[in-house]
Amino acid sequence: MLFGILVGCFYAAVSVGLSVAFGLLDVPHVAHPALMVLGSYCTYLLGLYGWDPIVAGIALTPLFFLLGIAIYRFYYETFERRGSDAGVRGLAFFFGLAFIIEVGLILVFGVDQRMVEADYIGKSLSLGGYRIPWRLLVAFAIALLLTAALTLYLSRTFTGRAIKAVAQDEPALRLMGANPVRIKQWAFGIATAVTALAGAMLIVVGPVEPSLDRVYIGRTFCVVVLAGLGSMTGTLFAGLILGVSESIVLTLFGASWAPAVAFGLLLVVLGIRPQGLFGR
Amino acid sequence: MKFWIGAAATVALAAGLAVSGTNEYFFYAGYVVLQFVVLATAWNILGGYAGYVNFGTAAFFGIGAYTAVVLFKAAGAPLGVQILAAACVSGLLGFGTGLLTLRLRGIFFSIATVAVIFIMHTAIVNWRYVGGATGVQLLRPPVMLPFDSYTRMLFVVMAVMAVAGVCIARYIEVSWIGRGLRAIRDNEEAAECSGVPTLKLKLFACTVSGALMGAAGAPLPMYMSFLEPASSFDLNYSVSALAMPMIGGTSHWLGPVIGAILLGSIQQIVTVTISNEINVLVVGVLLVVFVVAAPDGILGLLKKLRWLLRSSR
Repeated sequence: MLFGILVGCFYAAVSVGLSVAFGLLDVPHVAHPALMVLGSYCTYLLGLYGWDPIVAGIALTPLFFLLGIAIYRFYYETFERRGSDAGVRGLAFFFGLAFIIEVGLILVFGVDQRMVEADYIGKSLSLGGYRIPWRLLVAFAIALLLTAALTLYLSRTFTGRAIKAVAQDEPALRLMGANPVRIKQWAFGIATAVTALAGAMLIVVGPVEPSLDRVYIGRTFCVVVLAGLGSMTGTLFAGLILGVSESIVLTLFGASWAPAVAFGLLLVVLGIRPQGLFGR
Repeated sequence: MKFWIGAAATVALAAGLAVSGTNEYFFYAGYVVLQFVVLATAWNILGGYAGYVNFGTAAFFGIGAYTAVVLFKAAGAPLGVQILAAACVSGLLGFGTGLLTLRLRGIFFSIATVAVIFIMHTAIVNWRYVGGATGVQLLRPPVMLPFDSYTRMLFVVMAVMAVAGVCIARYIEVSWIGRGLRAIRDNEEAAECSGVPTLKLKLFACTVSGALMGAAGAPLPMYMSFLEPASSFDLNYSVSALAMPMIGGTSHWLGPVIGAILLGSIQQIVTVTISNEINVLVVGVLLVVFVVAAPDGILGLLKKLRWLLRSSR
């Protein structure tokens, strides 16, 4: 149960980037988990030079921010501006992008699992008979901080509110004289930057392999849809729900059923309440 | 009329080759290419005509293959029965998935289809009867005359299925169903308002598409004489089935056929000469390049070329 809560917060943190990109900006960002795994491998590379994974993750954020801006710029120029049929091609584009990243990683690093080393990895904290691995606690703390920071950013700062405004009513924003494309570009950059940190956490929590993004397509989209598109607090709750239900299934039925939990939950939510728990 | 002659000629050609041809590898590779023709054509019925992107090809394909395994193990059913049953089961799966998600916007359908892959995969991994995660070994039944080898027979079976699949897709494209689906793709609200039964049409397309994918998967266990979940529910099938119509051109039945033959052949060559990873990379890169640079695929490029030639004259 406790395990589920910790993992759940971690799931929430890896999903906030998608929550911004898909929930607020309406970009069919299927490549989000692939970018996250890319972040993990970058962290791994920096780890080889003795960088702490979390520090490496933070150091990577500006790079990923630029990458995100580039991707959005490209996406906008080729699909959104052309208008019609952007949905199908945009989806295909991101799906293809995800595969290119994955295969690129396989070609460079091979299919073996990779992990990082740090003081807090491999040790655990004893607490009233339970043993909690430090790596999960670290990820948990960062996840909470990240989600809180993003929530505050979106509700308190000027740019944050502008991002929300774009999500609500783009034509109105254009009439007010603001440039929605620049705001969206900025927001997508932030979403991608957060992904770098998520990737760093991913490799702290466990070993990483290139095809890991496939499972995380289910987990991240499950969390975002369950939360209600674009709701940050909802993301945290949805992450918790997923984490706890995964750990329940894990203990009751065994590890081989665990990957289906996120996807099953996703299907159920889509069928019953597609607007999510905290949807508008 | 021309179309039917072409279809009959293709089947006759495939059968003739299988009886007289000498190079066994040709049939081995040809089977895979034809299988992709079926998958791409099936994908295009929903993805190309109606504009709903299906990422779940691997789920329907894998379920088709496992239906065949179950029937073969339980009753020793002949190949024809296996294929029909696989088509029915996958069609039902398509219907169910569609019922659950087709009322939502396109991307939710796409994500839901990815979910179907993983759920089916997990279910099969946990099902002992069909071998679980380690897979299941099958003994091929004796080959039927006039073929020398089982692979050749499957090659012809797959050719028949490919032609049948294309006929179905073409029928849907030129009939009122295709017009309705295109209306959905262009503007779903407008279509609904002008009396197109959008949900019914989408469900129909999803069912037919799923059934064809299942049928394409049914001969796989016999072809490999072995089946395991990780490779039969591989997301690579999904990306290929999506890339081929996109590369060939989605608005005409010929598009997926061109894309599948082209990309399938490239894949076979790359897999043999370089490696399996590069092969997936090629699919991904071609997909992105075509989606960005040539939104209407090869058919669109040809049309543009013809237009240019005519205007320059």
